Amino acid sequence: MVNKKIVDYVAALARINVSEEEKEHLAGQLSDILAYIDKLKELNVDGVETTRGAFSEENILRKDIVDDKKLSGSIMKNAPSQEEGCFKIPQVIE
Amino acid sequence: MSKDLFKLGAADIGRAIKESKLDRREVFSSFCERIDKIDKQLKSFVEVYDYFSYQGNDSSLQGVPIAVKDNICLEARRITCASRILSSHISVYDATVIRRLKKEGLTIVGTTNMDEFAFGSSTENSCYGPTKNPWDLERVPGGSSGGSAAAVAARLVPFALGSDTGGSIRQPASFCGVVGFKPTYGRVSRFGLVAFGSSLDQIGPITTNFVDSAHLLNIICGFDKYDSTTSKKKVPDFTKFLLPDIKGVKVGIPKEYYGKGIDPQVNSAIQETINILKKEGAQITAVSLPHTEYAVATYYIIAPCEASSNLQRFDGIKYGLREPSSDLLELYKKTRQEGFGDEAKRRIFIGTYSLSSGYYDAYYLRALKVRTLIKKDFDDVFRKVDVILTPTSPLAAFKLGEKTKDPLSMYLSDAFTISANLAGNCAVSFPCGFTKENLPIGAQLIGRAFDEGALIKMGFCYQQNSDYHKRIPPIALQ
Repeated sequence: MVNKKIVDYVAALARINVSEEEKEHLAGQLSDILAYIDKLKELNVDGVETTRGAFSEENILRKDIVDDKKLSGSIMKNAPSQEEGCFKIPQVIE
Repeated sequence: MSKDLFKLGAADIGRAIKESKLDRREVFSSFCERIDKIDKQLKSFVEVYDYFSYQGNDSSLQGVPIAVKDNICLEARRITCASRILSSHISVYDATVIRRLKKEGLTIVGTTNMDEFAFGSSTENSCYGPTKNPWDLERVPGGSSGGSAAAVAARLVPFALGSDTGGSIRQPASFCGVVGFKPTYGRVSRFGLVAFGSSLDQIGPITTNFVDSAHLLNIICGFDKYDSTTSKKKVPDFTKFLLPDIKGVKVGIPKEYYGKGIDPQVNSAIQETINILKKEGAQITAVSLPHTEYAVATYYIIAPCEASSNLQRFDGIKYGLREPSSDLLELYKKTRQEGFGDEAKRRIFIGTYSLSSGYYDAYYLRALKVRTLIKKDFDDVFRKVDVILTPTSPLAAFKLGEKTKDPLSMYLSDAFTISANLAGNCAVSFPCGFTKENLPIGAQLIGRAFDEGALIKMGFCYQQNSDYHKRIPPIALQ
């Protein structure tokens, strides 16, 4: 059901590299799991509403006021790479 | 300091500290000595802190030591979720539950081991290696809050916080012989809890008895403006439910939880529990939760889908591990390949696949509809009964390595706990017996949404009529 091609496709979406050796093993495990999940196809869900959250599905809004508690110093302490208070990353734009 | 201090419950220690019969610093040292002596065999702790006292004024739990699962943020402390991808991360703020613990003056002892990002039912998926079950070092403590459950069972701390998304407080509580409470979804703020399944996660207490559960729930429950999924419903004083009177309370026994596949010893222990509750005046009624057999499949779409979204943030850019590369896309892919363990990758893959174009309707949307059917089962049953009683797990603790080669068999061990997360109801596991191999057996009570009180009352009553919760594993008595 899940073959190496699908593993490659999902790996690209999920931004995770998978080594060639791992691909077949992962494909097998995912196939087993998805085959079990297919059990849900036994049910008739016509006309059934979705439940995304347990109780309320209303959006809670707040005023757009900044309350950053001056955390930028401690946030930057965790940065893998930084320069002048900005996160540094590989070049994106030519 | 009494040699038997570790046998006291949290509320008793709190009272003794308040009455100046115990000194909080000495209490802390006493438990730390136990951790030093015993935890090298259990590996329940990730990090143990130096003593630090928070002023708690008049609080009933001031000075009482507590351990916290390694996925809850404590300002200026390391938080790793037992994952390589976060191994050097320092939290920038306190989770709301931590702010509340500090305000009440509890002493935070340290962080406990878990399955990576809470993905697991055995605490074997930790980058630090597994925690052992204090009752049998060759067996798992359960997961994902295995560290917290083991630490409390071995009396290394009087109580701890865990998190529960599909059973991760209740199942380890059941395997370790302690009380593990999952509050109703929305009772406890998730602000500062590293998100796994945002519509399923709840933080909850792991204790040795229901008195301590009630006290700790009083502290952590309540609306929080930083978590828009918290409920504005009033939080009662849960200690008011510590009355051993359950006359006329209707207990539902759902037939779907008592079929084949359940260890006969678990069945007998639950039968004995039913008899005790009956003797105390509860009315036992047979009920049905017809969609129970679909709960695991439903959960193992919804939870990985939400997890795949929540774990996108671990990309090597702002925090955590970064595998260097001159190309941004390769940086993401290599970082996440190196940083995530196998189970984390499996869940991200299932979630990403189920949400991807062409599969979204067949998997994710369908699962959300089945979730409605499961929730409706509970709503229907709670028109007839007040609480539901089931085994927490079909089996007692399994051996280390027994289920790691077969992820699906690991998932199926959550079958009885998962539905309460999907429906949002509160649920608790408490010790109700032991197998002939001296392994704890857990019973589970599921309650109406926001009716933690009913569970506390029934559990407290049960514990006045049994002493399984008082048993201590031999390793803790050495």
